[in-house]
Amino acid sequence: MNPNLIISPILLPLLGAIVLMGFWANPKIQRRLSLVFHGIAVLLAAFLLAAVSDGTIIVMQAGSWGAPFGITYVADALSALMVLLTAIAGLAVGIFSSASIKSARAAFGFFPLIQFLLMGLNGSFLAGDLFNLYVWFEVIIISSFVLITLGGEKAQLEGAIKYVTMNLLASVIFLTGIAILYGILGSLNLADLAIRVQETPDKGLISAAAILFLVAFGIKSALFPMYFWLPASYHTPPAAVSAIFGGLLTKVGVYAFIRIFSLLFIQDPFIQKLLIGIGVLTMVSGALGAIVSVNLRKIFSYLIISHIGFMIGGLGLFTPLALAGAVLYMAHDIIAKTNIFLITGVIYKIKGSFRLEKLSGLYNEFPYLSIVFAISMFSIVGTPPLSGFWPKVWLLQASWQAGDYWMLGGIILASFLTLWIVVKIWSVVFWRKKPDVINTRVRNELAAALPKNRNAVLIAVGMLTAVSLFIGFGVQPLADLCLTIADQLIDTEGYIQTVLQ
Amino acid sequence: MLIALLFPFLAAALLALPVREKRDLIVRLSALVPLGLLSFFIYNSQQTPTMQRNAWLRDMPVSLDLYFDGLSFLFILLITGIGTAIFVYAGAYMKGHAYSQRLMAFLMLFMGAMLGVVLSDNLIALFVFWELTSISSFFLIGFNNENEASRKSALTALAVTGSGGLVMLIGFIGLGEVAGTYSIQEIIAQRDAVVNHTAYGWITGLILFGAITKSAQFPFHFWLPGAMKAPTPVSAYLHSATMVKAGIYLIARLTPALGDTPFWNQTLLVLGGVTMLYAAFQSLFHKDMKSILAYSTVSALGILVFLLGIGTSASILAASVFILVHGLYKATLFLVTGIVDHETGSRDVSQLSGLRKVMLPVAIAGLLAAISNAGIPPSFGFIGKDLIYEATELKGHLLTALAVLTNIFLLVAGFLAGWKPFAGPLQPEHQKVHLPEMAMWLPPLLLASLGILFGLFPQLIEKTIVAPVFQSISGTAFTGHLALWHGFNFVLLLSSITIVGGLVLYFIIKPSTALNSFIVKSEKFGPKVILTGIANGFDLFARLYTKFFQNGYLRYYIIFIMLTLIGLLGFEMWHYTTLETNNRLATEVTFYEGVTIFILLVSVVIIVFSQSRLASVAALGVMGLAICIVFVFYSAPDLAMTQFTIDTLTVILFVLVLYKLPKFIPLRFTPHHIRDAVIALGFGALISILTLEVLTKNVNREISEFYAANSYVLAKGKNVVNVILVDFRGADTIVEIAVLSIAAIGVFSLLKLRLPKKERIE
Repeated sequence: MNPNLIISPILLPLLGAIVLMGFWANPKIQRRLSLVFHGIAVLLAAFLLAAVSDGTIIVMQAGSWGAPFGITYVADALSALMVLLTAIAGLAVGIFSSASIKSARAAFGFFPLIQFLLMGLNGSFLAGDLFNLYVWFEVIIISSFVLITLGGEKAQLEGAIKYVTMNLLASVIFLTGIAILYGILGSLNLADLAIRVQETPDKGLISAAAILFLVAFGIKSALFPMYFWLPASYHTPPAAVSAIFGGLLTKVGVYAFIRIFSLLFIQDPFIQKLLIGIGVLTMVSGALGAIVSVNLRKIFSYLIISHIGFMIGGLGLFTPLALAGAVLYMAHDIIAKTNIFLITGVIYKIKGSFRLEKLSGLYNEFPYLSIVFAISMFSIVGTPPLSGFWPKVWLLQASWQAGDYWMLGGIILASFLTLWIVVKIWSVVFWRKKPDVINTRVRNELAAALPKNRNAVLIAVGMLTAVSLFIGFGVQPLADLCLTIADQLIDTEGYIQTVLQ
Repeated sequence: MLIALLFPFLAAALLALPVREKRDLIVRLSALVPLGLLSFFIYNSQQTPTMQRNAWLRDMPVSLDLYFDGLSFLFILLITGIGTAIFVYAGAYMKGHAYSQRLMAFLMLFMGAMLGVVLSDNLIALFVFWELTSISSFFLIGFNNENEASRKSALTALAVTGSGGLVMLIGFIGLGEVAGTYSIQEIIAQRDAVVNHTAYGWITGLILFGAITKSAQFPFHFWLPGAMKAPTPVSAYLHSATMVKAGIYLIARLTPALGDTPFWNQTLLVLGGVTMLYAAFQSLFHKDMKSILAYSTVSALGILVFLLGIGTSASILAASVFILVHGLYKATLFLVTGIVDHETGSRDVSQLSGLRKVMLPVAIAGLLAAISNAGIPPSFGFIGKDLIYEATELKGHLLTALAVLTNIFLLVAGFLAGWKPFAGPLQPEHQKVHLPEMAMWLPPLLLASLGILFGLFPQLIEKTIVAPVFQSISGTAFTGHLALWHGFNFVLLLSSITIVGGLVLYFIIKPSTALNSFIVKSEKFGPKVILTGIANGFDLFARLYTKFFQNGYLRYYIIFIMLTLIGLLGFEMWHYTTLETNNRLATEVTFYEGVTIFILLVSVVIIVFSQSRLASVAALGVMGLAICIVFVFYSAPDLAMTQFTIDTLTVILFVLVLYKLPKFIPLRFTPHHIRDAVIALGFGALISILTLEVLTKNVNREISEFYAANSYVLAKGKNVVNVILVDFRGADTIVEIAVLSIAAIGVFSLLKLRLPKKERIE
C-alpha cells in the first residue's frame, strides 16, 4: 500500500466538508452527498485495516521531512481499527441524520460539521506526533462544540458551556504536558520520544508529565472525577449528534491514553496503579449515576462513563489479555453506544420524550423493533454471547491473573448495575402500559414521517445492530486483531523502528 | 449432539416470526421439539459418558465441548420430558391468546439454554447458557407485561439470579485460572490442586453464591414465590423442574471438583437445612395454590442442597432419586393448579372444594402427586423419602429431626395443593365448571402416574438413571438397590411418623385469610424486606453520590478537576522528583525584566481584588501586554506581535460583552475566596516548580538545531519560525486553519440560527 494513502481517511472528510459547504444553501443535496462520503470512508477504512491487520505498520512523513523533524502519520492495527469503527459509526449516523436532521440545522452547516468532526477523529488516530495530536483534538473540540450549540436552545447552550470549558481546560493541561515533555526531551515525535523517555535520567519529571497527560486525557475520556461535562451536555443536542458523541468522543480520549501511555509512560508502576484505581472508580461512579437518572439519554451518558472504566482499568493492568480486552471492549462500545443513542432517538420520534415517566408500551406496539432494541441494550450489559461479553471475559481473566481484586469487583458491580438499569428501562419503556401523557405538540413523528425517512432511521439502527451481533457471534477475527494490537502495544519496538527508519 | 442443542434456538427464532393463520396449530406443534429431543437423548443414552468436542473461539477460554453423562441425562430427562408435557399443556392453556407464539418462543429459548447448561463441559459456555436462562426467564416471568406486579417480580428474579450469575462468573474465572483449564472434567481430574489452592475458599464461595441464588436458597429465596406471577405453564416448567434446579445441577456437577471439604459441606448443610425448614413452614400458611407450591419448591430445593451438603454416598443417592421424584410430582401439582385456575378462575384453597366431581382425571393426578409428595407407599416418593432418612440417620439425630419436620410440613403442603381443591362438597358457583381438553389434563396425569410406576418398579430407573447419576456425582459406582421394602427398621418408623404426623396436621390446618395474613405480617422481618432495604439504601447512596459530584455547578466541576490535578501532581512530585534549582537563572534578571514582572504582578493583584469588572478587564489587558514584552526579551518579536494583536482583540470583545451583562455586584470577601485562592496558588506553585525543574535539564536540541540549519538550505526560507509553521510542521497549520473555519460556522449559526418551534427538543 502506498504510504501516502494512510492519510486518505483524513483528507476524505476534509474534501467532504469543503464540497458540502459548497452546497450551503441546499440541504437536500448535502443530505445525499454526505452519504456518499460516509460510504467511501467505510471502504477506505476497511482497505486500510486490511493492509495493517497482519501487524504491518505503515508510516507517512508529511512533506517528506523524515522523523523526528517533520510530522509523522502512522497506521498500525489499532489506528486502522479505530478509523474503521469511526467510519461505520459515521455511516450509521449519516444515514440516520439524513432523515432526522431538520432543515433548519441542515442549513447551518450540520453536514459539513459532521465531516470535520470525523476528520478530527481520524487525524487523532493516525497522528504520530504529540503536538499534531493536540491540534486534532482542537478540531474535535471545536466541531463538537459547534454541533452541540447548533440550534441554540437554552439547554444546548448550557451544556455546551460546561462542555467547552472543561475540554479547553483539558487542552491547556495537555499543552502544558507537551511543553514539559518537550522541555526535557526536546522532541515531539512519539516514536522518538519513546526512545528518549527510556534514555533520560529524569524519571521523576517524566512521571510528572504523565500526570498532566493523565488528567488531560482523563477529562477527555470522562474518567472519575473529571467526567462532569459528559452528563451535562450529551443529552442536549439532536439524537444523531449525541450518537456520534456517545460512540466516539470519549473513545478518542481512551485511544490517546492507550497510545501515549503504552509508548511513553506505562513502565511506571505508580501510573499503572493509578489507572486501575481510577478505572474502577469510574466504572462505579458512572453506574451509580445511571441508576438514579430518569432521562434515557442521561442514563446512557452515565453508562458511557461507567464502561470507559473497563478500558482504562485494562490499560492499567497492561498485560496482553487486559489490553486486548480493553481494545475489544472499545470496539464493541463504539458500535453499541452509537446505536443506543440512535435508538433513544427513534424512541423519541415515536413517543416524543426521553423521560422514563413519560414512556411506555413500546413492546406491544412495536414488537420486532423492540427486539432489535433489546439486542442492543443487552449487548451493552454484556449478556453472553452478545458483543459486550467477550472483552469482559478477557478483562476478568487478566484481573484474576494480576491478582487485582478491586478490578474484578468493579467489573462485576458495574455489569450488574448496567443489567439492572437496562431491565428497568425495558420494564418501564417497553413493558409498561400507560395512557400517553405526551405533550400535544409532539405527535408520533415516526409514523408521520415519509416512508423513505422512516426506513433510513431503521436502516441505521439495523446496521449497527448487525455489526454488534457480528462482534458477538463472530468475534474470532476481531479477537485475533485485538491480540495483534495488544502485542504491538506491549512491544513498541516495531512502531519505533518503522517510524524512525 | 451440538445440532440437538442448537435446535431449540432455531425453533425459537422460527416461532418468533409473524404468522397470520393457524397460530394455535403452530403453537401446539412446537411440542414436537422437546419430544424429539427427548427421544434423541434417550436413544443416545446408551453411550454415556461421552464427550463431544466442538471448538468455538480460539482466543477465548471457551468451547462448546459437550459432556453427556448420567447427571446431564437426568436433567435432560427433566428438561425435555417434563418439557414435552408442559409444551403440550401450554399449547392448550394459551389457546387463542394474542401472544401465545411469543410465550412458546421464549419457552423454547429457555429450554435450549437449560440444555446448554447441563451439557456444557466448559465453564464459560456453561455461564453463557446460565445467563440465557436468567434472561429468558425474565421475559417469561414478565410475560403479562402490562401487569405491574408481574413486571416487578420479573425484575426481582433477574436482580437476584443475575447478580448471582455475575458473582459466579468470577468464581468460574478463578477456578479456570487456578486449574489452568476451563473444562469441568479436566478440573475434576486435578481436584487436589484446586482444593489445596489458597483461593479455594473464594472460588467455592463465589460459585456457590451463584448456585444458591439460582436455586432460591435462604435468604435469596424470595424471588421464587414472586415469580409465580408468570403464566402457570411457565411456573411449572421453570420453577419445578428446570431453572431452579440449575443451581442444584451445578453443585452436583462440581462436587467431584470442589466438594468433600469442610467448607463445602458445612456451607451447603446449613444453607439447605435452614431453607428446607423455613420454606416448608412458610408453605403451611398460604392459601394461594401457587404460593404453597412455590414455598414447597424452595423447601425441596433446600432438601437437595442439604443432601449434597451431607456429601456421603447415601445422601448423594438420596439426592439423585429426589431430583426425579420432586420434578415429577411438583410439575404435576403446578399443572393441576393451572387447570383449576384456568377453569374456575380461582387458586384459593380456602374457597375451592369438591372439584373432583367435575374434573375427575385432574383430581386423580392431584391426589397421586400428593401421595408421591407425601412419600406414602407404594409411590416413588416413598423411596425418595426413605433414602433421605437413611442419609440423615448416619449423621445424627439433629439432622434427622430437621428432615422429618420438613417432610411433615411438605406433606401438608402437597395435600393442600393437590387434594384440598378436589375434596369435600362442590361449591355452587363451580357447578358449571367442566373438564378442559385432553391436552391439558393428560400431561399431569401421565407425570403423576410415572411417580407411582417408578415406585412400584424402581428397577426401571435403577440402572438407567439413578446409577449413572450417582456415578457422576460421587465418582464411584452404585452397588445398592432401590426398593420399596427394606424391612422393619428405624427409617420405616420415621416414614410412618412423617405420614401420620403430616396427615394429622393436614386435618388440623384450615387455610384461611387470618392464617395467611399472619405469615404476611411476619414477612416484614424477612430477608426480602432486609434485602430490599439494602437495595433502597444503595439507591439513596447513589443519589447522594451523584448529587455530590454532578451538582450542576461548573465552578465545582473545575474545582474537582483542579484538586485532582494538584493532588496527583503534588503527590508525585513529593515522592519521585528531587527539587533542584538553577541559581544561574536568578542572577540574570535585568532592570527591564524586573519592571515588566512588577507590572505583571500589580495587574494580577488588581484583577483579583478589583470591585469593577472594567478595571479587571483592563488589568487583564495589561498583564497580556507584559507577557508580550517578555516574549520580546527572549527574541521572539513575531510571537509578541501575534500575542499583542490577540490580546487587544480579547480585551475589546470582553468590554463589549460586559456591556450586555448586568451591573457588577460587588462581591464581599468570603471563605470561598480563600478556597479559590488556595487552589489557584497551589496549582500555580506546582506548575512553577515543574517549569523551573525542566529548565535545569540539559535539553537535547537536535531538532531545533536541524530547523535552524536547514530552513534555508532545504526549505528555502530565511525566517525559521515561518518555515517551521508552513513547511516543517505545515500539517499543524493546515489543521489549525480548519479549526478557524469550523469556529466561523459556529459563530454564524449562533448568531443567525433560530430553530422553528417544532424542531426543538423538549
